[in-house]
Amino acid sequence: MASTAKIKTGRHRKGVIKRSTGDKVADVIIYVFLALVAISTVLPFIYVIAGSFATEKELTEKAFFIIPEVWSLNAYKYAIKTANIMRGLRNSLIITILGTFLCMVFSLTFAYPLSKPHFRGRNFFLNMVIFTMLFGGGMIPSFIVFTRLYKLYDSWWALILPGLISPFNMIIIKNFFQDVPRELEEAAYVDGANDLHIFSKIYLPLSKPVIASISLFYAVGYWNGYFNAMIYLKTAEKFTIQVQLRSIILLTSSIDETIMDFYDLNGAPPDKAVKMACTVIATLPILIAYPFIQKYFTKGVMVGAVKG
Amino acid sequence: MSKKDPSLAKVKPKKMPFRIYFKRHKWLYFLLLPGLIYFIMFRYMPMGGLVIAFQEYSPFLGFKGSKFVGLDQFRKFFNTPDFPRLFKNTLGISLLQLLFFFPAPIILSLLLNEVRHQGYKRTVQTFIYIPHFISWVIVASLTYQLFNVSDGIINQIIASVSGHKVDILSRSDMFWGLIVGQVVWKETGYGTIIFLAALSGVDQEMYEAARIDGANRWQLLWYITLPALKGVIVMMLILRVGGLLNTGYEQIFLMRNDLNVSAADVFDTYIYTRGIVNGRYSFSAAAGMFKSLIGMIMVLSANWVAKKAGETGIY
Repeated sequence: MASTAKIKTGRHRKGVIKRSTGDKVADVIIYVFLALVAISTVLPFIYVIAGSFATEKELTEKAFFIIPEVWSLNAYKYAIKTANIMRGLRNSLIITILGTFLCMVFSLTFAYPLSKPHFRGRNFFLNMVIFTMLFGGGMIPSFIVFTRLYKLYDSWWALILPGLISPFNMIIIKNFFQDVPRELEEAAYVDGANDLHIFSKIYLPLSKPVIASISLFYAVGYWNGYFNAMIYLKTAEKFTIQVQLRSIILLTSSIDETIMDFYDLNGAPPDKAVKMACTVIATLPILIAYPFIQKYFTKGVMVGAVKG
Repeated sequence: MSKKDPSLAKVKPKKMPFRIYFKRHKWLYFLLLPGLIYFIMFRYMPMGGLVIAFQEYSPFLGFKGSKFVGLDQFRKFFNTPDFPRLFKNTLGISLLQLLFFFPAPIILSLLLNEVRHQGYKRTVQTFIYIPHFISWVIVASLTYQLFNVSDGIINQIIASVSGHKVDILSRSDMFWGLIVGQVVWKETGYGTIIFLAALSGVDQEMYEAARIDGANRWQLLWYITLPALKGVIVMMLILRVGGLLNTGYEQIFLMRNDLNVSAADVFDTYIYTRGIVNGRYSFSAAAGMFKSLIGMIMVLSANWVAKKAGETGIY
């Protein structure tokens, strides 16, 4: 690989290996196109971030800008004070941390026995899991069972418990366990260790990469979840950030211009910038976590999933 | 060596009685237990809850007390005047996604594969994965802020070009396009991962060799790259076909409003409004069961076709 890399850089600098003009034109088109794709994915975020720091005057006067002329934190002050956004953030944080922790406990312990080829009943349990990937009770029976039998209505547990094990994630963990060299386990058996010791002392410490990536999968899922929060939660104090953001955006966009004039008369912060600020606040945790997410998501795990 | 677990030596040990096996590996069953309880309580109990699709379920009478009505709820569902519209919207959105969203990540990963400058490639990848991790609520918020008629930037651009604004968010004839556009924006980048992973397994020397033999770019694509992707493409296609009736209710629910509802009502949103909002539990449970069954049949048959055609399939 090192030698091809050298050839490549040489080609870039001097064009040692001859490439037709058609190839070069195609390269330019591909590079430009990919740049446009990349920009189009981040431009909406940049637009909203810039707008959230701008004044109402600038927002109404200019159609588009990346850096506001006059910086203002009014929208954030207003959002934090009145829009219940902080409460939503706190609730989502609790649900995400608790949910992710429980997910990992359930998924790791369930995947471990299934990763043993000798485990009696393995095929039965695996088929039981795979069947749930093909068929499920659906929205209404789940709603009835969770609220009538388990009394989970208006409870955070209704958001946490139904997703404790994702079959897909569990299978990734199982495949990871299967790739751990057998010799480690055999040696421990000879030394008289039982399965619980082997799981906690040998397998878990070796599984840090898969634990990191799968917990990020789960955490992002909990943080972003909206629909369940909407159908199960009733008390406003329990609302998650997504429900909160949704109501802010809906409220302001349905009241529209009339309320904007009202805001201006009262000297209140601009409606548009507040919406943008709330969007930024709700997006921020994901963007902060993104470097970690990218590190663990793209390496290994997906490749493992393809193999599995 | 006498202490060594015989079950480790071979995949199928010489018939050890289950009692002894269980005694030796009781901790494995102990570890399995929480997950097993989870699957029973939260995956299989709702399937049991499907009995209400065959009842006239009333919350006061419960599962046992409600009247059994056989396939009446299904009959009612097929006969509602809404059914053709739901079917058309669901299938319309899904087929548009199959047409535009399915090939998009494949094309994008082929383009990324052509990039030789690794830093450039990685930078592009970093950007295009971001939207996948953003919630649908935020995507919907961004869409509102960009497209709304009063101050959305897109509408200001449209107005400056054509002279009048277009209320994209509330026009039923633009709803399908809006939904597919959102999905393409959000998921195309992340969708490339699986194809790029498959491409990373291709031996680079094959390209070098082919190039020395005088193959051009299209020939490399046609004879090396695409065959390497075939298995993954078939697998993704099976999953897509199986999910043809799953239109992603969170997204559609968020973008739906009173004005575009005629194009926006799909099976999932209908089940939600009839079931949870209007309280017609049995009726919408039947609708949901119909949907799940069709989905399962479609995955299994797509898988069967793929296997017949010599691909590995997924099950």
